[in-house]
Amino acid sequence: MANVLSIIVQRLLLGLLTLLVVSIVIFLAVNALPGDFAEAILGQGATPESIATIRRDLGLDQPMVVRYFDWLSKMLRGDLGVSFAQLNFRTNLGGAGDVGVAEQIAPRLANTMFLAATTAIIAVPIAVTLGVLAALYRNTIFDRAANVATLSSISSPEFFMAYLMTLFLAFIFPIFPSLSNISADLTFFERLEKTMLPAITLTLVVTAHMMRMTRAAIINLLASPYIEMARLKGMSPMRVIVKHALPNALAPIINVIALNLAYLITGVVVVEVVFVYPGIGNLFVDAVKNRDIPIVQACCLIFAAAYILLNLTADILSILSNPRLRHPK
Amino acid sequence: MTEFSRRGLLKTGVAAGVLGLTGLPLRAQTRGGKLTAGLGGANTSDSWDGRTHSDIFMIAAAHGTVFDCLTEVAADGSLVGELAESWEASADAKTWTFNLRQGVTFHDGKPFGADDVIASLQMHVGEDSKSAAKPIVEAITEMKKMGDHQVQFTLASGNADFPYLMSDYHILMFPAGNIENAIANGIGTGLYSVVAFDPGVRFVGKRVPDHYKGDGAGFFDEVEFIAINDNTARMNALMTGQVDTINRIDFKTEALLKANPNLRIQEVTGNQHYSFPMLTDTSPYNDVNVRRALKYGVNRQEMVDKILLGHGAVGNDTPIGPANQYYHSEMEQLEFDADKAKFYLNEAGLDSIDIELSASNAAFEGAVDAAQLYQASAAGAGININVVQEPADGYWSNVWLKKSFCACYWSGRATEDWMFATAYEAGVPWNDSQWDSNDSARFQELLLSARAELDSDKRREQYHEMQQILRDDGGVLIPMFANYVQAVNNRIVSPDTVGNLWQMDNARMAERWSVA
Repeated sequence: MANVLSIIVQRLLLGLLTLLVVSIVIFLAVNALPGDFAEAILGQGATPESIATIRRDLGLDQPMVVRYFDWLSKMLRGDLGVSFAQLNFRTNLGGAGDVGVAEQIAPRLANTMFLAATTAIIAVPIAVTLGVLAALYRNTIFDRAANVATLSSISSPEFFMAYLMTLFLAFIFPIFPSLSNISADLTFFERLEKTMLPAITLTLVVTAHMMRMTRAAIINLLASPYIEMARLKGMSPMRVIVKHALPNALAPIINVIALNLAYLITGVVVVEVVFVYPGIGNLFVDAVKNRDIPIVQACCLIFAAAYILLNLTADILSILSNPRLRHPK
Repeated sequence: MTEFSRRGLLKTGVAAGVLGLTGLPLRAQTRGGKLTAGLGGANTSDSWDGRTHSDIFMIAAAHGTVFDCLTEVAADGSLVGELAESWEASADAKTWTFNLRQGVTFHDGKPFGADDVIASLQMHVGEDSKSAAKPIVEAITEMKKMGDHQVQFTLASGNADFPYLMSDYHILMFPAGNIENAIANGIGTGLYSVVAFDPGVRFVGKRVPDHYKGDGAGFFDEVEFIAINDNTARMNALMTGQVDTINRIDFKTEALLKANPNLRIQEVTGNQHYSFPMLTDTSPYNDVNVRRALKYGVNRQEMVDKILLGHGAVGNDTPIGPANQYYHSEMEQLEFDADKAKFYLNEAGLDSIDIELSASNAAFEGAVDAAQLYQASAAGAGININVVQEPADGYWSNVWLKKSFCACYWSGRATEDWMFATAYEAGVPWNDSQWDSNDSARFQELLLSARAELDSDKRREQYHEMQQILRDDGGVLIPMFANYVQAVNNRIVSPDTVGNLWQMDNARMAERWSVA
């Protein structure tokens, strides 16, 4: 166990370093985009004076290095800062309003997590079950059908799947609402109902990857001597797979699941837009459009942290699922 | 659009105040129910600060629902009182006295009066002001409280349109002394008070009981605006009945909406126009003959047909549209004419000309295609246009007003003077053709005299002459006026006359529409 702990600590430290690099890259990338917040927010109404006023108020006239370290030093003290939009709004008002980036992101992140969780609860069991069954009935019609179906759903662009789902489940058979305009005053089940269409769409998008990996990992093991032994003992094929093959195939499966969960948190912008789901993706896109660097930075850190933490979890789970790694010689 | 004479309403607005009170309902509208609207044009940086409003979501939520202005442009284009009951000008149109409506309260119970007007207007001025309405309010040299319900404004120079300017959606009335709180929580005098507001996501309002507008307006118990910036998502929401109305119909899928018997399309031609301004202080556009050649080189009808898919009208190189009072509809329409274009090129001493036209779809949807259509038609007249596709990011800062010939759009203004003062008066920042006395001294002279003219007939004459000057010599090519197109389902009824100054019945659907 000490081994596992040291891995966790080491990986967390490396993760922090990754976050730092990510923040630098994002900061440079957003600054490399043409236009800045002042120009974006004023649009056609920009005059040189108003642009200069906003830049001065927000400190955008400072050199890039100064702005970055200013942001970093606040960040290290746990202050994500205030979005440019809010800051601009504040200077308009002469000081009122105190909605920080954290307060702005928190409800959106909660919504995104809700969608990710709903999707995961639907997608992971389906994918793993399909994978196991496909491995069991490999090269049969069932295997082919499951492969073709999941591969076609992963190969189509997300927005296309989203529109197909809208067409079938909201329009022809009006089961679910096409708008996922969830808000705080909804009950859990209302919220769930409104989240169903994006969740189903995302399920279709992520299932193929997990299912194919499950199938491949199991089939890979089926040639091993101990599986042959089990078969020779007269075990049923289902039992061979679930009892003997699956536990040994867990590591790669867990890795793929973690990767897909991270994707569900960071990569669902398109689905959010199509279903008008108020998640973090919409906020992120708006912020990039407005060059609102504090929000962009915060979102990117959250995305990067999600990847790092989920990957770490996956690695730890694969160690725990493998006795050889749990008790190294 | 119905033609409506506003003569007589200009100098004094007493009659208008009465008009506003009766509301002229065209059919019986019943109270109750809920309106759910899916609106594009929302942003996470939205707030209740009127100074920052620029797109339909906040204009509809603030100007059209939660807040009020002093005056209001009715659906038929006439000016009526909103928080002002009546107004009167001095003979030189320099001093304006506004009588405010009595017994009006803000949503937090505070009564509305002269102090609120003065404080609300002062928000827009000051050195650091970023308000889009700054030029309007800056023209006021003095604001005097004459009584609890009377305010007198003194202007730097006479302006007959001053009451119109007070209907601007930026100039909302906030409670004096509590403005910060009112902006944070949305406390106005409008028909609906804020129940929930999540910037870039949604707004919910509920009808204020015993509102001063009475039973003639604000028919819903509750309104909800949902931010749907994606065209297809907006249309899906309407088709599946989750919203009652949407703005900005995607013309490509309009046929599908039309095929649905539960929906109807509302389409009005207003002042919104797409333009190609050229800098008249820059060669070769400083030569009026080159400008004329360019005017004859564009096929306007083709642009309306292919870029707007028929949802618009051809422009005549003036920004004054059918929603304006003194729109000159009898001017001869400019049309594509290769011979005339060549003739004017020869007049400029040229056989052919090579120019660059900067365009991006940030200017308007289809701007690059429009530039290419122009390129194709102009080629036949010896005008060789090189279309430069500019990045959408920073377009308004780096291209517009900087490149000598580019694509642009204007939503238009309620009055001629407002439009001219924004983009055609010598020296103003948004004068995107650098149009000044060197180009037409007569135009600038007319601009000032028409502004202070209270006699409607004389003004008409002057504005018609100005439109003629712009058509013949102006530096802005305005090939098309784009319609406002929105869709409503049959659960909702709307009056026969739909406002054409802005989308969604001048953003006042919460006030004017009702449940069938």
